[in-house]
Amino acid sequence: MELQTNRRHAESRPDESQHSQEEQLANGLGWFSIGLGLAEVAAPRAVARLAGLENKGRTRTTLRFYGFRELAAGIGILSQPRPAGWMWGRVAGDLMDLASLGSALSSDDNNRAKVATATAAVVAVMALDVRCGQQLSNGRDGGGMTKNSGTSVTKTVVIGRPPEEVHRFWRDFSNLPSFMKYLDSVQITGEGRSHWKTRALGGKTVEWDAELVEDEAPTRIAWRSLDGSEIHHSGSVRFERAPGGRGTLVRVEMQYVPPGGAVGASLAKLFGFAPGQQVAEDLRRLKQFMETGEVAKSDASIHRGMHAARPAE
Amino acid sequence: MRANCWIGKHDMRVQNVPDPKILNDRDAIVRITSTAICGSDLHLYNGFIPTMESGDIVGHEFMGEVIETGRGVQNLQKGDRVVVPFPIACGSCFSCQHGLFSVCENSNPNAWMAEKMWGHSPAGLFGYSHLLGGYAGGHAEYARVPFADVGPIKVPEELTDEQVLFLSDIFPTGYMGAEMCDIQPGDTIAVWGCGPVGLLAMKSAFLLGAERVIAIDRFPERLAMAREKTGAETINYEELSVHDALKEMTGGRGPDACIDAVGMEAHAPGAIGAYDRAKQAMMLETGRPVALRQAIMACRNGGTVSVIGVYGGFIDKFPMGSVMNRSLKIRTGQCHVQRYMRPLLDRIQRGEIDPSFIITHRMRLEDAPEGFAMFLKKQDDCIKIVLKPH
Ligand SMILES: NC(=O)c1ccc[n+]([C@@H]2O[C@H](COP(=O)([O-])OP(=O)(O)OC[C@H]3O[C@@H](n4cnc5c(N)ncnc54)[C@H](O)[C@@H]3O)[C@@H](O)[C@H]2O)c1
Ligand SMILES: [Zn+2]
Ligand SMILES: [Zn+2]
Repeated sequence: MELQTNRRHAESRPDESQHSQEEQLANGLGWFSIGLGLAEVAAPRAVARLAGLENKGRTRTTLRFYGFRELAAGIGILSQPRPAGWMWGRVAGDLMDLASLGSALSSDDNNRAKVATATAAVVAVMALDVRCGQQLSNGRDGGGMTKNSGTSVTKTVVIGRPPEEVHRFWRDFSNLPSFMKYLDSVQITGEGRSHWKTRALGGKTVEWDAELVEDEAPTRIAWRSLDGSEIHHSGSVRFERAPGGRGTLVRVEMQYVPPGGAVGASLAKLFGFAPGQQVAEDLRRLKQFMETGEVAKSDASIHRGMHAARPAE
Repeated sequence: MRANCWIGKHDMRVQNVPDPKILNDRDAIVRITSTAICGSDLHLYNGFIPTMESGDIVGHEFMGEVIETGRGVQNLQKGDRVVVPFPIACGSCFSCQHGLFSVCENSNPNAWMAEKMWGHSPAGLFGYSHLLGGYAGGHAEYARVPFADVGPIKVPEELTDEQVLFLSDIFPTGYMGAEMCDIQPGDTIAVWGCGPVGLLAMKSAFLLGAERVIAIDRFPERLAMAREKTGAETINYEELSVHDALKEMTGGRGPDACIDAVGMEAHAPGAIGAYDRAKQAMMLETGRPVALRQAIMACRNGGTVSVIGVYGGFIDKFPMGSVMNRSLKIRTGQCHVQRYMRPLLDRIQRGEIDPSFIITHRMRLEDAPEGFAMFLKKQDDCIKIVLKPH
């Protein structure tokens, strides 16, 4: 389903040139791996000195091993048509390994200044890895941006409640803001009619009226914004009985076609996620609400932005 | 209130922070009477767990008195004395219904971060990074406990804090480590690590019917405690080759099951140590799986390797060939504490075990930073530190 959606929009993808830039960056990082790998294989003594490691025979042998590994990673990145997976592999490695480098810093055997320099280098490489991985992954998460059709997303979740119950909850559109984070309110304005209002983004709220276009209890609901709305939005959700009596498989498909592009794009990215991730998060909250009666909150998750995990003032 | 906060690697500080509030109907607020420093906290302290923020309140082993409950909490009342399990679990999702509380599907508000790193998200944990929920921990005067109708267990007055505190984590963890070995009469169980978790795994292995337990570590005081308090035989890995010694002790066959109670920061002597340390310096490996590699190689054909030591990311030179060709089973997990609290409380009440034997130090909450430094270096024969916030 998701794949189909992506394929459908693939032809009109406007960011093709941007993707080739990212792939260039990935290629660069691939060559970096190969360069480092070759250096480690061919000149382990110099690499050990550069990294501030004990220059023993053992260390050099070990470095040769890493060299072969870096070579493998580099070849992996270069030989993939869209190397997002390899790139995220690099990021994960960077991230965790940075933490470990910290411990080399505190070891007396190793030259701290040099290990610190190596750390700084890895931080820089990691920043590239992250950027590249993010960009390569964008549009792979079931939510791509296209000029003509806006944002289209398909996501699923399994909820341990019967389809009748999940359908009933969703069918009352005024419940949607309890799990769709970018919505401020949905008011029922008449038979099959509703008024939707987003949270303010950049000081502006977007509002539109929507009508129900399909309503088959307990299996399917579909809606779309009325003609002339500021934003063209449509969505459908299907409720299937999950195998093995495990509740309901909820399958959501949503489209946003922004007026000039800007509002819709920022709407979907309101919380810093790619659109597919946003819908996935909404469904996760729906699941939490249906299964536990509340949306999970932690001391750090109730406010936006990075801050310490401790009670708020 | 006062709380022990992670500021950065090897930097903990006790600070003034706001008191916790009820955020959801199923929350409770607990006034903490006892809390402990865990080996898992050392992974935070050493900077091995990503997504920590400066100022995060740590601590996941705690107990105390209920002082406030949300509207949805019917089973607890003000004044109840409770022990709180370290994984936060909803009790109603697929995982919870199968007793897999530490992989609850609903308790991690930052599940997307964990999905990026591990494919899927486990449960949220108290005081253990943003990746695992961003929940404030229990090294504090008070804590907010989500899903308080599922996790906390009431404890009877006649048992002291020290007798029941470890129901929050390490006793169930050690027990689960032994349970995963599926112990049969006559079995020999080897345990890497004589920290609190390893020691309680040894005790539990005997409770579950093991004939022999072999403990592996290098600190004499810890090996002594393993011998004297649990009845294990011991191997000091700095004096003997662990693999050869285990072979000799088991007639060449190897232990029936091996428990890794060390985790990703294993101490690594010798050549293999140089290998792992150099790899870390080159940022190509996140853990030093020294104990785990040994455990796999040592285990008898068809035996079980039970991994309760914590791993965070990626490890290298994992002897999969040994696992596959010799029909080994690997079992692992953060402990599903909620599953074990009741039966283990019963065992404590019946006098079958008193887990407080591992406590070596009692401190004020204010002294937590010194406690971390001491526990890290295993100074003053430190095995387990209990903090008293009030
Ligand atoms: N699975 C869970 O739910 C869970 C819960 C709590 C703790 N843990 C984990 O259990 C592990 C141990 O915790 P702890 O509180 O006992 O910590 P600890 O630091 O007190 O104990 C670890 C012990 O392992 C020993 N050790 C180090 N390298 C070794 C090696 N190569 N061979 C043999 N022994 C070695 C150390 O000397 C030390 O005594 C940690 O990784 C911790 O994160 C897991
Ligand atoms: Zn712990
Ligand atoms: Zn759950």
